[in-house]
Amino acid sequence: MNEFLEFFSFADANVRFVTIGSILLASSSAVVGCFSLLRKRALVGDAVAHAVLPGVCLAFILSGTKNPFILLLGAFITGWFSLVVIDFITARTRIKEDTAIGLVLSVFFGIGILLLTSIQHSGNAAQSGLDKFLFGKAASLVGEDLIVFSVVAVLLLVATIVFYKELMLLCFDQAYARTIGFPVRALELLLTTLTVFAVVVGIQAVGVVLMAAMLITPAAAARFWTEKLPVMLLIAAVMGAFSGLAGAFVSYTAPSMPTGPWIVLIISLIAILSFAFAPGRGWVSRIIRQRRNRSRILDENILKLLYQVGELKENFTDAQSITELMQRRHLPQNSILKGLKKLQCEGFVSKQQNGWLLTEEGRIRGRRVVRLHRLWELYLTQYLELPSDHVHEDAETIEHIITPELEEKLMEELNYPALDPHQSKIPL
Amino acid sequence: MNAFWIILTGSLVATCCSLLGCYLILRRMAMVGDAISHAVLPGIVIAFLLSGSRDTVPMLIGAGLLGVLTTFLIEFFHRYARVQADAAIGVTFTSLFAIGIILISVFAGQVDLDQDCVLYGEIAYVPLDLWLTDNGLSYGPRTIWTLGVVTLLILSFIVIGYKELFLTAFDPAYAAAIGISTSLWYYLLMTAVSLTTVASFESVGAILVVAFIVGPPATAYLLTDNFKTMLILSVILGVIASFSGYYLAVWLDGSIAGAIATVTGVEFILALCFSPQRGLLLKRRTLQPV
Repeated sequence: MNEFLEFFSFADANVRFVTIGSILLASSSAVVGCFSLLRKRALVGDAVAHAVLPGVCLAFILSGTKNPFILLLGAFITGWFSLVVIDFITARTRIKEDTAIGLVLSVFFGIGILLLTSIQHSGNAAQSGLDKFLFGKAASLVGEDLIVFSVVAVLLLVATIVFYKELMLLCFDQAYARTIGFPVRALELLLTTLTVFAVVVGIQAVGVVLMAAMLITPAAAARFWTEKLPVMLLIAAVMGAFSGLAGAFVSYTAPSMPTGPWIVLIISLIAILSFAFAPGRGWVSRIIRQRRNRSRILDENILKLLYQVGELKENFTDAQSITELMQRRHLPQNSILKGLKKLQCEGFVSKQQNGWLLTEEGRIRGRRVVRLHRLWELYLTQYLELPSDHVHEDAETIEHIITPELEEKLMEELNYPALDPHQSKIPL
Repeated sequence: MNAFWIILTGSLVATCCSLLGCYLILRRMAMVGDAISHAVLPGIVIAFLLSGSRDTVPMLIGAGLLGVLTTFLIEFFHRYARVQADAAIGVTFTSLFAIGIILISVFAGQVDLDQDCVLYGEIAYVPLDLWLTDNGLSYGPRTIWTLGVVTLLILSFIVIGYKELFLTAFDPAYAAAIGISTSLWYYLLMTAVSLTTVASFESVGAILVVAFIVGPPATAYLLTDNFKTMLILSVILGVIASFSGYYLAVWLDGSIAGAIATVTGVEFILALCFSPQRGLLLKRRTLQPV
């Protein structure tokens, strides 16, 4: 608890730098990552992160200094060049994008390692510290780094806000953007530049491999919570910021802990929880929805069955036994029983001595399913001119889905019919 | 003699990786190879902690399990949680790699492992780690034996399962229709990829594994339309890269793994420009209007 308070008082300048730096970095790369994720190009961030290394080494060899701005410039140039190469290979050869990304990633990084080791072996004393580009050094951020981070973060956010509409269109409907005269090439270039910026700066904090996570993971997590782009950007930024804060806190309480990997681990946990439990798109909520649908379909099938048997005997006042129902339509016996019990609780059927009986509500609901089934069969035979023995299967599925509005429309289209293609009466 | 061992190591890794890489790039799963090669890190650390040594067998098992887990997680996120495919790959391997680094820092005192050794290895040390018997007889470097066994395994896997691997890569629907289990062969392929990664990580590092998985097959893909030719060609290209990469590294006094990766890139550029059918510089001739 004490540590908690100490940390959040931000009295220590080092804590301030690391925390603010991590938050800025994580949230700004999360925002940029959203766009590359939506363009289905999440992994290019990984390629850029690897491609930065030869640029840093070349800048060092050519300039002979470790001036951070020159190194960043070199990093920016090769990072940017790697994306151009990926685009070129994908567009001009039959090689697919994933292969192009893997190729560029490994070859650029290989060149980088070759140059880096060559510099290290050359005995030039000024070279030490170049490898911070490889593995990051979030825990040792200083005021100078913070200024760079803030400038880049502000730049990325401003660019996102200014070009928001253009970038959104680029992500969702590139063809349309081109048709209405947007400079699509220029916008792609802008997005590429923003990505490279985010990577070049972020890589110094978390390292080559984990940089990909800073771009991809918050965006992938945010995608599960909303269908709206501005909300997604906001959620991704907040998740990024939170994990930046939490990562800084962990490495504060346990100084041997590396900040970068903890940021990534925390954001990954958030993402995995989102994949599982996000309402709507999440795994669990989809399973629940599927189960609910299945049980509704079973309910409606049982009601339909009871109605059809009653209709056949022209008698809705006698109870039907389960064996009788099973003869008409084969459903697994225990699921029929379970369904009937559930329907009894909901008041659609009642249990008699010799079987089951539809209540008034049950009869109305069962009749509606039968009506929808026969309406649809009629619709298929009349409008799609399908033979009448081909339409049953299709109607069997759609009868559970048709809404009252659609039902009304079908009735109108078919001119309030009395008989279905099999000459059964369509109940009103 | 050292040069020979190093080039032999490179060539063995090249053979395994390029053969498997041909299947991966045709299945559009090149990045899965990249993911596995990074994600085995926690497996290696855990195996190291449990066994307390750098023995090859526990590491192979630990990393092999992690490799399969990686494929499984990617599949799971993609199929059941409906995460976009590339994002599923990215999230999986970065989180596992992060866990690996955290484990290394937690057990820093006990783990003699470095993340840079995982990334780019040190092939130059291969000749130093000799396999000596009790009476002082030397059987050559240990790594060569491990890699040799793995190469034999991979080769026999591809020879025995050639038809199945071929069909599941090119026409999974047909393969399923004639009764080949696509998911079984998918996981077998992925196990083979993890095995290769792990066997080669110590000597060449993740980055060269990725370079060999993607580079020579992609180059061969530009040069031929025949799958068997592509397999053989990619092995040859990989061996050439190991050979010339070694001398490039000696010349520049740099990392051998980095140099070999660089050469695979050069090979690709040459094929891109001068491939008889598809070379960008030669293509124009074949596109003459009739």
